[in-house]
Amino acid sequence: MKKVKADPKGVLTGSHYLDGDYALAEGALAAGCRFFAGYPITPSTETAERFSERIPSVGGVFIQMEDELASISALIGAVWGGKKVMTVTSGPGFSLMMENIGLACMMETPLVIANVQRGGPSTGLPTLTGQQDMMQARWGSHGDYEIIALSPDSPQECFDLTIEAFNLSETFRVPTFVMTDECVGHMHEKVVIPPADKIELVERKWYKGPKDKYLPYKLDKDQIPFMIKAGDDYRFHTTGLTHDERGYPVINAECQDVCVRHLVDKITTNADKIIRTEEEEIDTAEIIVISYGITSRVTTKAVQQARKAGIKVGTIRLITVWPFPEKRIKELAKKVKAFVVPEINYGQIVLEVERCAGGQAPAILVPHCGGGVHDPDDIFSAIKEAAK
Amino acid sequence: MKEEDHIEEKNPIETLLRMDRIPHIWCPGCGIGIVVTSFAEALRKSEIDLDKVAVVSGIGCTGRVAGYIKLDSFHTTHGRAVPFATGLKLANPELKVIVFSGDGDIAGIGGNHFIHAARRNMDIMVICVNNFNYAMTGGQVAATTPTGANASTAPYGNFEYPFSLPYLAEASGATYVARWTALHLRRVTKSIQEALTKRGFSFIEVITPCVTLYARRNRLGDGLNLLKYYYEKSEIQHGADTRTLDISYQGKLIVGKFVDKEKPTFLDCMNEHLAKKLGDKYQPYGVNNG
Ligand SMILES: Cc1ncc(C[n+]2csc(CCOP(=O)(O)OP(=O)(O)O)c2C)c(N)n1
Ligand code: SF4
Ligand SMILES: [Mg+2]
Repeated sequence: MKKVKADPKGVLTGSHYLDGDYALAEGALAAGCRFFAGYPITPSTETAERFSERIPSVGGVFIQMEDELASISALIGAVWGGKKVMTVTSGPGFSLMMENIGLACMMETPLVIANVQRGGPSTGLPTLTGQQDMMQARWGSHGDYEIIALSPDSPQECFDLTIEAFNLSETFRVPTFVMTDECVGHMHEKVVIPPADKIELVERKWYKGPKDKYLPYKLDKDQIPFMIKAGDDYRFHTTGLTHDERGYPVINAECQDVCVRHLVDKITTNADKIIRTEEEEIDTAEIIVISYGITSRVTTKAVQQARKAGIKVGTIRLITVWPFPEKRIKELAKKVKAFVVPEINYGQIVLEVERCAGGQAPAILVPHCGGGVHDPDDIFSAIKEAAK
Repeated sequence: MKEEDHIEEKNPIETLLRMDRIPHIWCPGCGIGIVVTSFAEALRKSEIDLDKVAVVSGIGCTGRVAGYIKLDSFHTTHGRAVPFATGLKLANPELKVIVFSGDGDIAGIGGNHFIHAARRNMDIMVICVNNFNYAMTGGQVAATTPTGANASTAPYGNFEYPFSLPYLAEASGATYVARWTALHLRRVTKSIQEALTKRGFSFIEVITPCVTLYARRNRLGDGLNLLKYYYEKSEIQHGADTRTLDISYQGKLIVGKFVDKEKPTFLDCMNEHLAKKLGDKYQPYGVNNG
């Protein structure tokens, strides 16, 4: 994994007052993203607007496609043309992207998609918040595969985690999602953008060996194959079909086993390197509240109340949601009385907590069906109830 | 026999094919291979740098073409070859990007992408094998199936109106539009050669026999019978008004080059417009090539 400094052309160094959507675009530009294909959808459109305004003076392409099917297809094409790429969307558009998220996984194409979540299903609540696409991010395309998903809780993190998403997607050659939501997307806060030489980027894993020895899907020591781009005299092939090292389709169970295992294992065996969480007062905790994104900010208030009431509460904020911090939850399940999981959906990440807890400690959902954030009192009540 | 007598002379287009993937999956008598031969012949004859040519296919019998062409080649998803090609071209404007796919892929599931790429005058070439049906999945009715023809999902005959693809392409903004049949091998080659030298959205439809499904279901005989139909019923009319190119069941096939004009491409327009609006602030993009 080669690290390089950011290209100053894309970096708007300074202290700004930005909303989360704009910060996503700035993060992408700082990370070296020079191709953006998108389709407007509330509450994510401002990211596309910002990118389209900024890219002409940075050097790159913005194109508004005819739909989200086209947007993601163009992204994958552009990666194989040599660019770092991003798009942004919300629920309905995310649904349309699912098939080609699978193609990106299969072709091991690094790209970043931000989902500024709104309430669903269907057109749902276009202008109001939700965290209802968390399982879709993990499972939405057909077949077995792994992706990476991060969840920012502020405009500053929209910037920071977009850069991290690019770095992870390049390291593991996998689609990486920034799963934010309407609240964070439209929230204005201070965003500090560091100087370019303080931003470390993972360079694409370019192949440098002899051309005639190149095999598009031959694994390197770190399980990740080398990349090339079109136009460089390799005359290579890649396909969405199950394929061998040459990238040639092989339609049988043996090749499928190798191909699919690799797509999954390259993430699961590196989970410890990928996962980032923020923990507070875990060691003494009886109750642990697990939250992510905007909900973790609301949780803070409920936790303060609970601590005032004498309950020993610890918190885990999921910065990485996928892969899920399975090991850590398993470990903690042996020690705590219960997990409390507030999220703006009717029970998604709580299922994952429950699975990892394996019956050792209950996972208590504090649901919210979308359209707003939790009342901290509801989270507080759940903590009280759990501590009884 | 001396040993060297065994060494067959290599067909020159073999260097453009992934011979390590032959035999191919197509049925005996299928027309797709003929179109691939014309394509390879056009590439061989053209002066362009083949390292800068990329082929993108969608899904279908025709979609398998990308897998047999020994160039940078991409086998994508059903209907999405055109937007994939758009991204590839814009990311690396020095590439000549060619979409090679079926009628269902391009005009059915991918129809929206097709008209928008033509509208933008995206600098890509689209070669569409029109076999009047969804062959790969077993001969279902398509947006191109002539009214009255049978298909597996139109067992009583197709009662819908089909698309006329050259008309659709021209109306959407394509700058080069031609239609041939698999019988017109040399013409197909020539059209592809011409389109290779052009900038802008070019579209070449090739009416091609699907012997196993379309021909059999409609009791039209074998591949030879279909070529005979093309021979008897095709009429070359260069420059014909694309509004007159409808295809009826076993009816007349008007072929030829219908559109050949110049128009600034997507990137030309982008560069010119943004330079005018933003002056020195604008960083021209990929200007030397595409
Ligand atoms: C999203 C999606 N829907 C359906 C299919 C199934 N499918 C595969 S090929 C095909 C039809 C291809 O027809 P056409 O593009 O005309 O190619 P042909 O096989 O006739 O050459 C269909 C419907 C698919 N692969 N993906
Ligand atoms: S099914 Fe039809 S189009 Fe497909 S390979 Fe056979 S003859 Fe060709
Ligand atoms: Mg077809």
